[in-house]
Amino acid sequence: MNSLIPLFIIIPLATAFIIPVIGKLTNYFAKTITPVMLLILCFFSISLLFCSKQESYIVGGWQPVDDIPIGIYLVLDGFSKLILCIISIIGFLVAFYSISYISKYTSENNFYALFCLMIAGMNGVVLSGDLFNMFVFLEISVIASYALVAFGVGKNELEASFKYQVLGNIASFLILFSIALLYWQTKTLNIADISDVLQTHDDSVFLTFTQILLITGFGLKAAIIPFHAWLPDAHSSAPSPVSAMLSGVLIKAIGVYVLIRLFFNMFEFTYEIAVVITVLGTLSMIIGSVLAINQWDIKRLLAYSSISQIGYIILGFGIGMMVLSKGGKEGVAVLAISGSLFHMVNHSVFKGLLFLNAGAIEYRTNTRDMNQLGGLAENMPITSTSSLGASMSISGIPPFNGFFSKLIIIIAAVQAKFYLLAFLAVMVSIITLAYFLKFQKSVFYGKNKNFRDIKEVPFTMSFSMIILVILCLGLSVLAIPSVREVVFDQAVNSLINLDEYLNLVIKY
Amino acid sequence: MSLIVKKVAQLITGFIFLYGIYIIVHGHLTPGGGFAGGAIVAGAYILQTLAFGRDTLLLKKKETNTSLSESISILIALMLAGAGFFIGTKVFFNNYLPTGKIGDLVSAGTIPLYNIFIGIEVAAALLTIFLALLIYKEEIEE
Repeated sequence: MNSLIPLFIIIPLATAFIIPVIGKLTNYFAKTITPVMLLILCFFSISLLFCSKQESYIVGGWQPVDDIPIGIYLVLDGFSKLILCIISIIGFLVAFYSISYISKYTSENNFYALFCLMIAGMNGVVLSGDLFNMFVFLEISVIASYALVAFGVGKNELEASFKYQVLGNIASFLILFSIALLYWQTKTLNIADISDVLQTHDDSVFLTFTQILLITGFGLKAAIIPFHAWLPDAHSSAPSPVSAMLSGVLIKAIGVYVLIRLFFNMFEFTYEIAVVITVLGTLSMIIGSVLAINQWDIKRLLAYSSISQIGYIILGFGIGMMVLSKGGKEGVAVLAISGSLFHMVNHSVFKGLLFLNAGAIEYRTNTRDMNQLGGLAENMPITSTSSLGASMSISGIPPFNGFFSKLIIIIAAVQAKFYLLAFLAVMVSIITLAYFLKFQKSVFYGKNKNFRDIKEVPFTMSFSMIILVILCLGLSVLAIPSVREVVFDQAVNSLINLDEYLNLVIKY
Repeated sequence: MSLIVKKVAQLITGFIFLYGIYIIVHGHLTPGGGFAGGAIVAGAYILQTLAFGRDTLLLKKKETNTSLSESISILIALMLAGAGFFIGTKVFFNNYLPTGKIGDLVSAGTIPLYNIFIGIEVAAALLTIFLALLIYKEEIEE
């Protein structure tokens, strides 16, 4: 067992603690090491994505006793490979973008150290095969993100960070409580082992209670609609690279990922739970987009749109769960789930890009108010073009990736005979187009009132935006069925075949 | 602070410090370990700082040192764990040192080493937080 999976946790963690030591001597160290580290992780994760090996890793070499796992397990299956890729790619581009953007703040070293810590926490959550370790890594990444949201140390930033902390701690409490309940009932913390024990367990009241606690806890982390109150403040007050990271990756890695992982691989979900998840997804899809229309702060608009897009992702998984739990056609469920995964990848790309655009606008004009902006397309061609690409992508205009992922989700909804859901998804897509047209018109087109002589942003910032807009177009390739199978089939398989995940961890 | 507080603090600090070290080095034998012991050690320093003055410049210098030792001790612990990749069964966090006899002070392989470095890390981290709050308060008053 010479696998190198723990490097995903060791490398960012070590970088996070080397930065304060060596960063004291030279200012350039932190700026160089963070993107380089993330680039290495990028290559590593992409190479893992295209090799079909799935494995589990026992930390410390504590072999199972009588087939009962006793050590800490790291599990690498299709789903976690996909999320690891998203984390490293978006992380690298955001870190590269930060080189120019963060230089206007003091204490840059702290920013990079916290950033690496957040990456380490997310990688840990995604890899961990053990509930309690998952919780520990989750706390590492969220606490780093609390500090990053408050990085500007202004009045708004501190208030947003405080709100985020209060709601985040409620969520952590609920999650810890449900972990304790599960441990009490099953006497084990390993996800696969819990799943094994629960198959012979028929205390349905206890199970429903735990599931509801988990949905609430991770719903708070993923900002699904009744639990979304912290997100618009936190994501709009953070420095823009951090917003891109929070909106693009963090809510997926520690919210949606864990929710889906636990409900598919740990519990055998019932129809009721599937309905609850679908309803929550639909609600956040609709309400998020309706709330976004009336926003005049660029980053608040983007934050509400994140809620709406997370709704699409949850909706796709919900349709898959409903079809599976009613014993419908497996093909439809596979289509819905792979559509969701596709939308997850796409959302992290275009939402990351949109937040980086917002950061570029703020970097040059020092305002986020759409009423004061206008006509920036002439002065900032790269920002304008890339943000046009991202806006078309998020509102589902054909050649861009967002169109295909939404199309797959809608086709799955129609095939599963949920015509209302399909109709709502189309409607929300039109509303999305409406508010992104408003964003484009009031920021890049129309009359330039206040900012006539501003320049394009520096190279590192425009480089990240260009790469992301190319990804926006390029990821459309994944819509071709044969390509989609290569990337998403492993992930879908490890989700819907419970036995595969169990075999990976407890029975070799 | 008054003379009584200063004298008592002087007398008691050494014992608190020693007790913290005792908890840390016996981490693998008795309840407690790096975290608990580290918190006690930090308590000894905090008591000293509270009883005897608070010169902001000195505090800032102290804070630089504590945050440095925090980072370094975590790095050493990570290296100890990472060394498991190269020794013995070649897995992360492998316990590669001889485990010795159960109940001895020097036993259990690498676990006492982790305890010691986690103790340093926790003590330094708590002290850093305390000093940061104190420096912030001083700066507000000025």
